[in-house]
Amino acid sequence: MALLSIQNLHASVEDHEILKGLSLDVHPGEVHAIMGPNGSGKSTLAGVLAGRDDYEITDGSVTFDGEDLLEMDPEERTREGLFLAFQYPVELPGVSTHQFLRTAVNSVREHRGEPEMSVSDFIKLMREKAAFVNLDPKLTQRAVNEGFSGGEKKRAEIFQMAMLDPRVAILDETDSGLDIDALRIVSEGVNKLRAEDRAFVLITHYQRLLNYIRPDKVHVLLGGRIVRSGGPELAEELEAKGYDWLVQETGTPVAA
Amino acid sequence: MIDLEKAPALVRRAVDALDQSFSGDGAPAPFADLRQKARSSFEKLGIPTPRDEAWKYTDLRAALKPEYQLPEAGTVDAASVDALAIEGLDAARVVLVNGHFDAILSNVTALPEAVEVGSLREAALSGNDVVGEYFGRYTDVEVDAFAALNASFDLDGLFLSVPRGVAVETPIHVVHVVTASGPTFVQTRHLIAVGEAAQATVVETYHIQGDAPTFRNDLTEIVAGQSANVEHVRIQDEGDEANGVSRVQTYQERDSNVGTLVFTFASGTVRNNIAMVPAGQGGQSTLGGLYICRGAQHVDTSTLVDHVAPGCESNELFKGIVYDRSTGVFNGKVFVRREGQQTNAYQQSQGVVLSPDAHHYSKPELEIYADDVKCSHGSTTGAVEPEHIFYLRSRGVSEADARAMLLYAFAHDVVEMVSSEALRDHLDARIAERLR
Repeated sequence: MALLSIQNLHASVEDHEILKGLSLDVHPGEVHAIMGPNGSGKSTLAGVLAGRDDYEITDGSVTFDGEDLLEMDPEERTREGLFLAFQYPVELPGVSTHQFLRTAVNSVREHRGEPEMSVSDFIKLMREKAAFVNLDPKLTQRAVNEGFSGGEKKRAEIFQMAMLDPRVAILDETDSGLDIDALRIVSEGVNKLRAEDRAFVLITHYQRLLNYIRPDKVHVLLGGRIVRSGGPELAEELEAKGYDWLVQETGTPVAA
Repeated sequence: MIDLEKAPALVRRAVDALDQSFSGDGAPAPFADLRQKARSSFEKLGIPTPRDEAWKYTDLRAALKPEYQLPEAGTVDAASVDALAIEGLDAARVVLVNGHFDAILSNVTALPEAVEVGSLREAALSGNDVVGEYFGRYTDVEVDAFAALNASFDLDGLFLSVPRGVAVETPIHVVHVVTASGPTFVQTRHLIAVGEAAQATVVETYHIQGDAPTFRNDLTEIVAGQSANVEHVRIQDEGDEANGVSRVQTYQERDSNVGTLVFTFASGTVRNNIAMVPAGQGGQSTLGGLYICRGAQHVDTSTLVDHVAPGCESNELFKGIVYDRSTGVFNGKVFVRREGQQTNAYQQSQGVVLSPDAHHYSKPELEIYADDVKCSHGSTTGAVEPEHIFYLRSRGVSEADARAMLLYAFAHDVVEMVSSEALRDHLDARIAERLR
């Protein structure tokens, strides 16, 4: 059974339909890449999965480990093991990273029926996971994302992902705005987190992220639907030819 | 002119007390003159109403309604006062019961010998020079009716005089206790005079034993000598029937550094007036406040920084969180006179409104007559950013915890202005409770 199963998903913003029948099955251990040009519905998909309330689901279903994901609050999704790395992580002045992550980690642990983590174990875990993504441990002493560079923010997202140990991680354009060094560090972090019982959905505009994180499956999102699926070679084809040929071939406009 | 026949009980009683204090308390002539002036000012000004621009958002009528009595002399047992100590704060203690200094409950042995600390009333009656020099000197009773009302020498409060060069490292915790069983009107008056290159910290907390409504009218005068350092922190947390008006008036010589902070948690209708005068070059004035209002609570802060001298700096930060039907008001005026060249004046006021029936009003006012100054002010009123809450929830934090975390961070900025770690911890713990 698929861990994450999206069937015929339709979603609208203010009566404007953006996702028009998207279907996708993600199994444990798999890495899926969803590629598409601007306006094709990538951010909407990430938002719907994370539980943003800006969207109206008009049809279809999403299940996570057999449970109805769309019925869950955002925090419940995370506690169940879904993680979304934000395209634009927010800065939270005055909110201590340490305190916030401890609350987050313990919320997830409580949900799983595990005991609260001691402060010393927690600090040990923070150090270990920060090293994972080459995140300066000093940054974890600061307020959440406050004054972080673009690259630091994305690394901090992967760090938080590692802390929360999800079963499905969705990376929403984590590669955007990163220079090649930052991209490499972030990708290495993701690769280290790849595991048999963990799946990834990489949402991206560009193929270059896939040079570092090799996906099992590549899907092309156009006009709110997946119009083509394939292996890594599909990403290379897109890199060489752009999206236009698929727009032509499938007769699907980029956006609704 | 106020009509005493129709005035609230509180006013009639206060004026009675004022009258009585003219006869036979042995106060020297200047005080009698001050009182005479205060009484006629008060009668002229009357109780302010929302028709007065400075009281636009605050209507005291409901708060003044109870039949307030002046308090009887009261006693409190030592154990219950011990329980009011702030954990971890190694402080000297001045206890005021029903507005009067209690020598037995107070303990100031930790303070340097040269420091005069005790009852303002006694200091005045004994003809203390510092009282003679500074009492009422910088408070303009002609514009503030409540300051005028607070002018009787029947009043008592803290008298603290720190001589030149003495740094008092032990904070002085002023514990106000009201023992009333019926509606009670309490007035206290403090005079804090910190001499040249001297230093003092005063922390005030307020407590009511009993559940009767109260109305406080407190006036604190702080005079800082050249290069003196004074830190003054108040924590108003008496309960939702505790109403009142307070004024803190400072006057600072050159290079002195004075900060006055006020934290308001549970209260009724409260108006806090703070007026600071950095009067000599290099003076620094810091004003800060945090109010977390629930129910029908109403907290109005009115500040004035009067830059009368060149090269001074003022920093002002007030934050409010209003729930339910509560109201927060901030009115901050920065006045830079022609002499106030090279003034740096910064003011920030921020309100978070958490219910459709809660209100926050913020009004910065800058009046600048010098041409070489740096002044800035910022004022924001809004809700908690939904995107911030969503970010925290997307990491598994519940909505309630996310909101509390963000509000705590918002409030903590003001706590950071407090220098004592023990006091910061005490405030943080109370804030966390209050945001729950």
